[in-house]
Amino acid sequence: MPSQLNKAAVSIIPGAGALALATLYLIAMLRVESQTTILVLLGIGAAVVVVAHWLGWLAPVALSFQERDDALARLAVVAVVAIAGYFREDHFVLLLLCTVLLYTVATLGLTIQFGYAGVLNFAGASFFGIGAYTSALFTQHTTVPHLVVLLVGGIMAALVGCLLLLPVLRTRGHYAAVVTIAFALLLKTFLEVNDVLGGPQGLKVKGLSMLGWSFNDNIEIGHLEMSFYVSYLAASLLMLIGAFVIVRRLERSWVGLNLDALRLDETAARCFGLNIVRWKVTAFLLGNFLIGAAGALYGMLVGFVQPNSYTFADSLIFVSILLLGGIGNPWGVVVATVIVVILPEKLQAIQEYRFLLYAALVMMVLLFRPEGLLPRPVRSYLPGWRP
Amino acid sequence: MMLGAVDANASTGAARATDEPLLAARGLTKRFGGVAALDDLNLDVRNGEILGLIGPNGSGKTTFFNVVTAIYSADAGTIAFDGTDITRAASPAVYHAGISRTFQRSRLSLPLSIFDNVMIGNHKRLNQGLWFNLVRRRAFTAEFKANFAEAQALVASFDPPLATRMFEPIAGLPMIDRRRIEICRALISRPKLLLLDEPSAGMTHDETQQLMENILGVRDRMAGLTIVIVEHEMAVIERITDRCVVLNFGRKIAEGAFASVAANRQVQEAYLGLQ
Repeated sequence: MPSQLNKAAVSIIPGAGALALATLYLIAMLRVESQTTILVLLGIGAAVVVVAHWLGWLAPVALSFQERDDALARLAVVAVVAIAGYFREDHFVLLLLCTVLLYTVATLGLTIQFGYAGVLNFAGASFFGIGAYTSALFTQHTTVPHLVVLLVGGIMAALVGCLLLLPVLRTRGHYAAVVTIAFALLLKTFLEVNDVLGGPQGLKVKGLSMLGWSFNDNIEIGHLEMSFYVSYLAASLLMLIGAFVIVRRLERSWVGLNLDALRLDETAARCFGLNIVRWKVTAFLLGNFLIGAAGALYGMLVGFVQPNSYTFADSLIFVSILLLGGIGNPWGVVVATVIVVILPEKLQAIQEYRFLLYAALVMMVLLFRPEGLLPRPVRSYLPGWRP
Repeated sequence: MMLGAVDANASTGAARATDEPLLAARGLTKRFGGVAALDDLNLDVRNGEILGLIGPNGSGKTTFFNVVTAIYSADAGTIAFDGTDITRAASPAVYHAGISRTFQRSRLSLPLSIFDNVMIGNHKRLNQGLWFNLVRRRAFTAEFKANFAEAQALVASFDPPLATRMFEPIAGLPMIDRRRIEICRALISRPKLLLLDEPSAGMTHDETQQLMENILGVRDRMAGLTIVIVEHEMAVIERITDRCVVLNFGRKIAEGAFASVAANRQVQEAYLGLQ
């Protein structure tokens, strides 16, 4: 790798090629219905990855994603738009894609918390739910613009997260994890007995509307008819772009360095002036903000929210996405979310056993590739820059 | 208490020293259960000197560093640094006051790059604002480039080939390079006082020699830098220190130039158990 780093510029082609292949593969996967075809496709996908790895073709891909990150991120946006255009009339697929995008935003929040600052959060789905509940309350009872509601959803998740700050800061590792698990269980019970918040039935959430344009109406442009989910997909994509930029810039800054330093060695970090509390709080609140904002939009997307939608099991899905994708690598989070969300929906046979599948996947990854599918590369502050 | 004669003009370093001590510990005591790791210790570090802190295993040398940098809190006594009392200051405040250190078992962040590790030591000179780091990328880029040049020059002053590998992770580097990077991490913020905790641990004789050359070079380049070094290699102590303090059971048993300290009977007893 050092020899490759010394070249003038890393080519974008391997990354772009891999992205194009992945896009076509995803379209095929989302299109086919027959279970045998899906299994065959899965087999082909796995085989291609294994063979490419074997032939050493994955290293240039990883390198171009590392060095030409910004350009490839733009291409990835184009890819999402292409997929959405292909499935423009298919409600189900579009809903699935929106879920992927918003789950990615949430797990990017967890990446800041756990991947960078090392603060375990097993209540990710709870904060996602808090965002959804916030958008339910605000869209039903106020006339606050919906764009603001999304922000408020994030802020509410961060504020409620403040309740956890003291116990999280005073405990380490497993103990901090137990604190967040306890919080998730308490929150669910609280929501179930609270009549104002709809009790076990939950609340309805009004659909997103902006500048007099309701997102819940189908779109007609000339003869082109599109599912209303296309507008949600656009909103989710914009949110994901925002979250991705925040996480990327955070990692490529002194703040990202601070978070890594305190995660890896708190004592040494303190001896070099780091205020541990300040940076852990920053990471926790910022992460929760992203999770809550994603939850608020997800609430509008599905139209209702209830205590059972966002349980400890869903938090585990978020954590398994993180472990599967590669802790601290936002691209890994994207890939892992696609796998974890889409696979059980397409393979109906395993839908009931999906938690078993996640558990098996996470164990396989931890055993054979402990750094995740896409391990986090060494930090480069300015992509493509070299001394 | 003070048995070794204080040698006033032992070497060039001491000649630069002024009368006011840079670091002054008075009656410093730290107990772990019934054991006093530091026992009513009085210790002065003079401006601009290289002070060797020696003594048998368990005599309290590393504990002294840990109390100064507030990893442990003192049970009794005071520490004054540069005229201010830092006895109750937390570790970050001690660093901001101008004290940097290395650790006996190197505490670098192994998955991070050389540059990252050096920059961890530069915390107080970097703009830590969230807005600056996330939004003002142009200003950040300028600050990054300036700091990269500085870090690279510092690493190059230790070992030029190492400075061409600034974005490689620490994990693959040999011990001497890790020690160098640890010292660079401590130096990049331009501290007034550098605490080196057994820099030769785990290195060969030749590597130790190279590292000591590095340390002497640093002192020559950085005017006014004061160094306290804990070391078991007596050849190293003899070569680079201006003055030595000998600890045993948390107390100071001798102080002075290396030759006079080495000739001291109590020191020989502490090390060799002579009767």
